[in-house]
Amino acid sequence: MTASFDWQGAPALVNAEKIKKRGAWYVAEYRILNMSKWLGAIFAFGLGNPILYLASIGIGLGALVDSNTGGVDGVSYLVFLAPALLASAAIQTTMDEAMFPTMAGFVWWKLFWAMNATALTGKQIARGVMIAALIRSSLTVTMYWLVLVLFGAVDLASGLTVIPSALFCGWGFGSVILAISAFIKEDDGFFAVIGRFVIAPMFMFSGTFYPLENLPSLLQYVGWISPLWHATDIGRVLMYGREISTGLFVTHFAYLLVMGVIGSWVAGWQYTRRLSE
Amino acid sequence: MISGVKSTNNAMGRLLHLMSDSQLHNGVPSMISARNLTKEYGDFTAVDHISFEVPRGEAFGLLGPNGAGKSTTMRMIAATLARTDGELAILGKEPNAQGPEIRAHLGVVPQQDNLDSELKVHENLMIYGRYFGLSRKFLKGKIDELLDFAQLQDKRDSKVNELSGGMKRRLTIARALINEPEILMLDEPTTGLDPQARHILWDRLFRLKELGVTLILTTHYMDEAEQLCDRLIVMDKGRIMAEGTPANLIREYSSREVLEVRFGSNKNAEVAEQIQGIGERIDVLPDRILVYAESGEGALEELTRRGLEPLTSLVRRSSLEDVFLRLTGRSLVE
Repeated sequence: MTASFDWQGAPALVNAEKIKKRGAWYVAEYRILNMSKWLGAIFAFGLGNPILYLASIGIGLGALVDSNTGGVDGVSYLVFLAPALLASAAIQTTMDEAMFPTMAGFVWWKLFWAMNATALTGKQIARGVMIAALIRSSLTVTMYWLVLVLFGAVDLASGLTVIPSALFCGWGFGSVILAISAFIKEDDGFFAVIGRFVIAPMFMFSGTFYPLENLPSLLQYVGWISPLWHATDIGRVLMYGREISTGLFVTHFAYLLVMGVIGSWVAGWQYTRRLSE
Repeated sequence: MISGVKSTNNAMGRLLHLMSDSQLHNGVPSMISARNLTKEYGDFTAVDHISFEVPRGEAFGLLGPNGAGKSTTMRMIAATLARTDGELAILGKEPNAQGPEIRAHLGVVPQQDNLDSELKVHENLMIYGRYFGLSRKFLKGKIDELLDFAQLQDKRDSKVNELSGGMKRRLTIARALINEPEILMLDEPTTGLDPQARHILWDRLFRLKELGVTLILTTHYMDEAEQLCDRLIVMDKGRIMAEGTPANLIREYSSREVLEVRFGSNKNAEVAEQIQGIGERIDVLPDRILVYAESGEGALEELTRRGLEPLTSLVRRSSLEDVFLRLTGRSLVE
């Protein structure tokens, strides 16, 4: 073995300006390579989840609901449920892909310090994690939507608006999770807390399985806070033409936009701060 | 075109500025220049007004006990930790303002390997190269070269989990070389490695030095510092206690030879009084007495002449370890 080097040196080789522009994408590239190790699981969950949900609740429970009430919100139960399932898939996937990589980067394997030792900045790392999360969730959402099409819960043309808006909702909530995860110092059951006290109630009280108006008014507030309710309502408008006021429709987007903007900003700030402590 | 000319002018300007700042070390512009560099965490001063220069191509060591401020200094040089006070220029740039530009030209080997254990060996290198914006085509060749260099060619498709400690260390070093850095920073590069692995690493680091790479390293091993460092500083409690080449430091802070004698634990203190005056300096330890002298044999003869008969005696050359212990003390600081 004779290790010989063709050594140009970093000044000739590395273009710092280019990294300034594309850094976040290099991080996303890493995240996608990492995800590709779990491609089988991504597809299995991506397809398995909607099929199981639609078969059991959508069709099983739906038959019961439809035969007793003639549908919900003027459509069959399956059609009513579909936007909620899609929205929760988008939100859950983006959340996972924001939370776990952040834990791996800061707590489990300290990967972010290795990234930050290069020309990459904390902000770029945060942004790259989010870009990859959205790429992953666009895959999941598209698969989910295809299954919905196959089950006849939604028509083909809706994809153009439904998929981007679901991703937007995922970004809004995912950004907040990205920011929160970046503050976690130790892996002491944070996920269990998030799962039990945030995700589960959110799923129950966001008008997922029945219209939010059916709840007593106090519990309706939970729905209004919940990003999932806003996302679900957007989906219902786009997928089966649920009638809501323009003001409310815009409010849904504005709510998630504010979450996304604040979440992204705090995430970038905390990533930078933590790496330079 | 104009912007190209401009940026060249800027580079020249910066160089001239650098030279006029007299940041020169024996006529070579400094790779690193620190003046009164300070880092405080609240009331605690981790690095306390230290100054040093490192010229291009030098292997520069930071020595000191745990908590001396070595790693903090390393992180400030690596442009990932902001200083509290003082001046710092790395590659002629200001780290607070130009961190990413500086880091683009550095290679960093952290104290603890932070490789991605879910990726394969070659993927770890590829992805790190991508962080520097290097093309996949370039990286393919580069990775081959680095795997040869790190003697990891037959592990290229292994997962990082499957590597031994020494292999992981070599991979981390290979990773730090992917951008052909001007300065390679190594924080305790051989801690936890067996002697074979250490010697392989020393050989590799020596080759990098021959390529003109500036090496900055911290270590707890004095033999390693003697082997690798052209020049070093000994730090304690955030301050520089001494600076120089290993040979000069030994000359300055120790004698040529050391005589180590044992009289049995309970007799050492008693004997110590009778030894006074032999050699240049005496160090009484619980288990043995060290006599620092120009000639160890001479000191031993003098000892026998005074009627003292040690249980065991050993004459050796003075080492950097003697300097280190003299400067930073023998008591443990936890």
